[in-house]
Amino acid sequence: MKSSSLALKGGILLGAIFLFLKLILPLFTAPLPMSLIWLYLFLTTIGIIVYGTLSGESTEALLGPIFRFLSGEGIEGTTKMARLAVLVLFPLLVGWQTYSGFVPSSQPPSENRTIHPAPPGEFVGLSNPVPNTPDNVMMGKGLYFAYCMPCHGPKFNGNGPASDGFNPQPANFSDPTTIAMLQESYLFWRIKKGGVGLSVEGHPWKSAMPRWEVELSDDQIWKIIMAEYAGAGQKPRTWE
Amino acid sequence: MEHRNSHPREMRRSERVWAYAALLVMLVLVLAAPLGLAMAQEAPAGAAVEYRDVPGIGSRNLIWIVAQQHLLLAGFVLGVPIFAWVCEIVGVRTKDPRYDKLAKEFTKLLTSAYATTALFGGILLFLLIGLYPKLMNYLTDVFFPSFLVYSALFLLETATLYLYWYGWDAMQGRKKGMHLFLGFLLNVFALFIMIVPNSWATFQTSPVVITESSMWAKAWAATWNPTWWPLNVHRLIANVVLGGFLCGAYAGLKYLMTTSQEERVHYDWMGYVGNFIGVFGMLPLPFAGYWLMREVYQYNQQMGITLMGGFLSWLFILQAMLIGILFLGANYYFWLGIMYRIPGSEPKYRRPILIMLVILLVCLGIWMTPHSLVASLEEARKMGGTHHPLLGVFGVMSAKMTVANLMILVTFMSFIMYWRAGKQETAAWAKAAKAVMGVILGLAAIVIVVLGVWGYFVPAITRIDKFSTTQVLIVLFVLLTVTPLTGLLMKSAKTTTEMVWGVMPARAGYALVLNAVMVILLMTLMGYARSSSRVHWHIYGVMQDTSPYAYSPALGYAAAFMSLNTFLFCLMVAFIFWVASLGGEKKPQQKETRVPVVGAGPVPVVRQ
Repeated sequence: MKSSSLALKGGILLGAIFLFLKLILPLFTAPLPMSLIWLYLFLTTIGIIVYGTLSGESTEALLGPIFRFLSGEGIEGTTKMARLAVLVLFPLLVGWQTYSGFVPSSQPPSENRTIHPAPPGEFVGLSNPVPNTPDNVMMGKGLYFAYCMPCHGPKFNGNGPASDGFNPQPANFSDPTTIAMLQESYLFWRIKKGGVGLSVEGHPWKSAMPRWEVELSDDQIWKIIMAEYAGAGQKPRTWE
Repeated sequence: MEHRNSHPREMRRSERVWAYAALLVMLVLVLAAPLGLAMAQEAPAGAAVEYRDVPGIGSRNLIWIVAQQHLLLAGFVLGVPIFAWVCEIVGVRTKDPRYDKLAKEFTKLLTSAYATTALFGGILLFLLIGLYPKLMNYLTDVFFPSFLVYSALFLLETATLYLYWYGWDAMQGRKKGMHLFLGFLLNVFALFIMIVPNSWATFQTSPVVITESSMWAKAWAATWNPTWWPLNVHRLIANVVLGGFLCGAYAGLKYLMTTSQEERVHYDWMGYVGNFIGVFGMLPLPFAGYWLMREVYQYNQQMGITLMGGFLSWLFILQAMLIGILFLGANYYFWLGIMYRIPGSEPKYRRPILIMLVILLVCLGIWMTPHSLVASLEEARKMGGTHHPLLGVFGVMSAKMTVANLMILVTFMSFIMYWRAGKQETAAWAKAAKAVMGVILGLAAIVIVVLGVWGYFVPAITRIDKFSTTQVLIVLFVLLTVTPLTGLLMKSAKTTTEMVWGVMPARAGYALVLNAVMVILLMTLMGYARSSSRVHWHIYGVMQDTSPYAYSPALGYAAAFMSLNTFLFCLMVAFIFWVASLGGEKKPQQKETRVPVVGAGPVPVVRQ
């Protein structure tokens, strides 16, 4: 390892990770929010500092060029010009960031929506009173296809014909991080009370889920729950 | 710099004036507090007072600060005797006098820390009785017998502590066994002093049905609530961690401040021991925390989701960051130890350290990735919500448990590497033993990852009860097999490079201080999480909070209080360290060998 190039290598690594997360990863999946990109860059920076300061020699290799560049010691030509540019542009960048942080904007603030907020007390500990029989599951599937399928899809994956009209999109029940993490009583609450029944941290204004208690009986809701688990190939969270 | 070093105790006149002014302001604030209470609202004549308030700061905030300080001090006071006693035993077994000196040095801190803890306990009790009389009446009705037990334990603990400390020098030699027994008793009483009030706090979180019966039966039933033992175990381990890392921070500070090479060698070694004990306590701590959360979830789904999936779930992202920094800090200290204390080791160990660092950072990245991401409207629209289609899988427990276990394994590997550095195994079976250890570690890591991925495809209860438990058992198996095997190997190993103490760079001292601050921040964070999980209940589902403060503070506000509590506790610990140093033995008048301050350049080394 040429230790003298450690600062440069660190800078290249940071830039490469940024480019990968910002430009390359979105070619294969949805783009990452900047909050996550900053987090990963922060961790990379910590890694560079930890690795670079393990010995006296590597500390000099990492920090020496940075300190010399900033102090202007022994640099000339284009490097000198680059230093001047950094010393002028960096305060400007900080000023611009501060200004953009405070200037009134029509953009809404970043969201930190809690997808699974805590249910109200009256829905805690409820168990499904409808026996889990093939007939009841079949009846539940019928109800599901009548009421839920347009949004949550025939394959229970959130890809119903109407799903594209919603933002955020309807929940994907086949995803192991959705209904498989929850007890049946939680789903009973969500179906019965709908989006408007969410607590503030769940952003009720972000959910188009109807309040099904208006149209469906409790028994029908419990049957739909059984159908959702069966159709999505998931099992509800239990303690037995 | 030279001038400052030669007159370290000198304070300029203007600095003195500011120091006195600050003290005066603090005094006025302390004296003003009772006046504030006197101004508080009272209930109409004839009606029972349910709450009193403190104008300005508010009753809840005041209790928050005092209770947190008491708990942190209690953690220190209960953790340090374990630490000191273990060091004393190691000293007896290895016949290395440094351990005895270390144990004594820390027991000295206990006497002033113990009094301060009791003082804050008393203040907390008075404030609770005054500000929350309704709650305290109820708790007294349920727990009165355990109040008596607690008082008796306090008497026993106090007597044992004084005997343990003041009898240290008198009980050397043949009476050392007696002193060790006193240390054992001290820890037993300390354990009970911790678990009795734990029952009061856990009853507030997970109350059980209490039937009308004798007062002892009622107290006994309430004590055995579902989260009592998980919290006892979690706090016991956390106290050891706190004790270890505070010892490390003390050593780190002393190391940075001293100008004597002899002291530098001593405090370098002390920092190593503190970090070692802190790390070894930290390894099983996540398991205890997982058990506690599991019990909370099972006790009440609403409380479990509030904590792990609801509005408090962001605290667990902060927790991941703090634990991550703690793991990084502890490993960094081990790695610096290899690089600086074992001359010539850099070429051999750079690559393995880089691999471990990358694994730690990837694991930390996964641990810190939330399930619901903070995103702008545009970003959320592109993702189809705040849940990323690819990285969303990192946001759930299966991923978190997997990376936490891997980080524990890597940290354990760091320690093993440090242990083996600079030594050459001579045993005939060394090659085979190293191969077995490599296979155990490799297989353990693979099985942990496989179980983590598989956990997405099985019912939640299978993941929680079977897979997560298996992951924990695998890590414990690795710890319990590789440690003695390495110990046996090292017994017959020959030293190829002598370990050099007192040459660590300044950043090693800062790393030790950082670790201690991280542990304190973690305790304040989790203290808030545990209390807030009750939301608007004093006693969950039994006694509702009807005060004006029956709401959960915003996370930013809470974070500010956690920082304030951490800062106040650090101040208090610094005060305790300073007070303890006042009673130190006077150094004999001799010409001291001065060396440059740490990090200022090459220093003479002392070989041990």
